[in-house]
Amino acid sequence: MSGAVKTTCREALRAAIREAMQRDSRVFLMGEDVGEYGGCFAVSKGLLDEFGPERIRDTPLSESVFVGAGIGAAMNGLRPIVEVMTVNFSLLALDQILNNAATILHMSGGQFNVPLVIRMATGGGRQLAAQHSHSLEGWYAHIPGIKVLTPGTIEDFRGMLWTALEDPDPVLIFENALLYNLEGELAEDAGPVDISKARVLRSGTSLSLFSYGGSIPKTLEAAVQLESRGIDPEVVDLRTLRPLDTATIIDSVRRTHRAVIVDEGWRSGSISAEIMARIMEESFYELDAPVARVCTAEVPLPYAKQMEDAALPRVETIIEAAMNVVGGNG
Amino acid sequence: MTRRLEEPDYRRRLLHEMVRIRRFEEKCAELYSATKIRGFLHLYIGEEAGAVGIMQALQPEDAVVATYREHGHALARGISARALMAEMFGKVEGCCRGRGGSMHIFDAATRFYGGNAIVGGGLPLAAGLALADKMEGRDRVTACFFGEGAIAEGEFHESMNLAALWQLPVLFCCENNLYAMGTALRRSESETNLAVKAAAYDVPSWAVDGMDVAAVVEAAERAATAVRAGGGPYFLECRTYRFRAHSMYDPELYRAKQEVEEWKKRDPIATWMATLEAAGEIDAATLQRMDADVAAEIDDAIAFAEAGTLEPVADLERFVFSERGSE
Ligand SMILES: Cc1ncc(C[n+]2csc(CCOP(=O)(O)OP(=O)(O)O)c2C)c(N)n1
Repeated sequence: MSGAVKTTCREALRAAIREAMQRDSRVFLMGEDVGEYGGCFAVSKGLLDEFGPERIRDTPLSESVFVGAGIGAAMNGLRPIVEVMTVNFSLLALDQILNNAATILHMSGGQFNVPLVIRMATGGGRQLAAQHSHSLEGWYAHIPGIKVLTPGTIEDFRGMLWTALEDPDPVLIFENALLYNLEGELAEDAGPVDISKARVLRSGTSLSLFSYGGSIPKTLEAAVQLESRGIDPEVVDLRTLRPLDTATIIDSVRRTHRAVIVDEGWRSGSISAEIMARIMEESFYELDAPVARVCTAEVPLPYAKQMEDAALPRVETIIEAAMNVVGGNG
Repeated sequence: MTRRLEEPDYRRRLLHEMVRIRRFEEKCAELYSATKIRGFLHLYIGEEAGAVGIMQALQPEDAVVATYREHGHALARGISARALMAEMFGKVEGCCRGRGGSMHIFDAATRFYGGNAIVGGGLPLAAGLALADKMEGRDRVTACFFGEGAIAEGEFHESMNLAALWQLPVLFCCENNLYAMGTALRRSESETNLAVKAAAYDVPSWAVDGMDVAAVVEAAERAATAVRAGGGPYFLECRTYRFRAHSMYDPELYRAKQEVEEWKKRDPIATWMATLEAAGEIDAATLQRMDADVAAEIDDAIAFAEAGTLEPVADLERFVFSERGSE
């Protein structure tokens, strides 16, 4: 990669916010502690000094009104980025997200669109227990009228925001909190990315591993280990959970004939269940084995480390599922 | 008193506006029984002075956010009776292509941002509309209507606080008709003096007799002037009463007939008519002409709605997302 720099997902995202603010005076950031505190995950650190309190707006602890205010401001000409600390807290704003943001365009007969971006942290693995650790992005992906993005690579942390801001409709970006510190190389001129397509991160022939967000590094690691066992997995980063890029999923299954889905959400009624259904609907006769999945155990995530680890998808459980699907486990 | 309120023409226009809303909704009730209108239907009958009075203080560039009881607000804001009736008939000629129905009236041309069937759900939206105006330096007002029932919702408190904290140009219009469905105010609020609640957020507040259109006009003009001048939000309580059931399915077990009859003596239309008559500003001929005009407008709206067409089912998934290129 020519002109690549070493950076983190957090810095890449901050660069994306800064760029958006510079590019478009209608863009502003609002949320709890995004300003003076520097963001609860330090994503917006330094931006208050650069852009001032009008555009880096600290809000009270009022998820419903600041998300709703984002909707109103978006409908009235601005391009707000609303940051909600974590997905668990977004539930206090669910009325605004579902009953207003997602419905107003359709309900108004196409008169009012809502060009709003809502970002929030998601996912477990930090011993924060059952009120700070859930992965509800698949659940949000149930809702027509919003787009659901789940960056899992440094390129997407850098590039998805601007594309989301250019979208005329509400876009929710779920940032797995474990990825903020993830280091990687990023092209110096990295910029906006397409958000309509899943991406094959590693091509392979033995089976397809479908994954997204915080599970991407785990899935890539599992792929490396599977390779050393003589298996050649394809890794597909779903990237956008709504609208789902079914074509790329089916295309991959048609080539590998086997699939495992890695999903940090709970199994029942999950995005992994949806993907299985689509594979079944569109490529049933291509399959050489039942599709498998690796999900989070169906429990509120516990605090103790061994218990939390046991609940979440891990490299070993991904490998195990993959071995079963390719028939390598007896 | 605002000067306009001394002009007989203007005073007659206020009457005309209220009568329009009353007759429109009386027809809606009939059309509901005739199954031309379906879904939930919430009538504003008895409360007309509120919407008519407050809209007087708004300019075309201002914004309006209302509730599911919003036919009166829509008409008073300037949405045509045709577009409104066609919407209730579920016709594509309706202001929302028949997708919203009675509870979800939207109209971009008059900056009417719903119609919101979630109690309290419109308040955050209003704060955001006003935030954009403030950040862009536009001296516009967002008028946000809600019932007293919404005051028990968290969204009311979050919105009042944010609007006051950020000095947002929102005119909060609380239409206190004393009942949230069957729950009387005193059965749902520990403090029934609503102005005190606004005051707790350092928001100037004013309670007005919502059955007296002139009083509402005056209060609204004072409030809107303060908001427009950059004074931050304002809380206006219109004390009113709904004469009809909450919706079409309400046996009204929670209030005495006698109470309803008492309030009807303060009917905003009858009292205003009496005021104009006493001042010699209307006579039988004027009233007859007014009635005929209103009837003609509503008949025309019904004919328009009847003749309207249904949105093709093939369009069901249109506008889930914006149609690119049309922006
Ligand atoms: C969040 C929510 N809870 C409950 C309802 C059901 N509901 C519809 S109208 C209403 C009463 C609201 O009363 P108020 O705000 O005083 O307005 P009014 O109907 O008197 O105009 C209720 C409980 C709803 N639509 N939204």
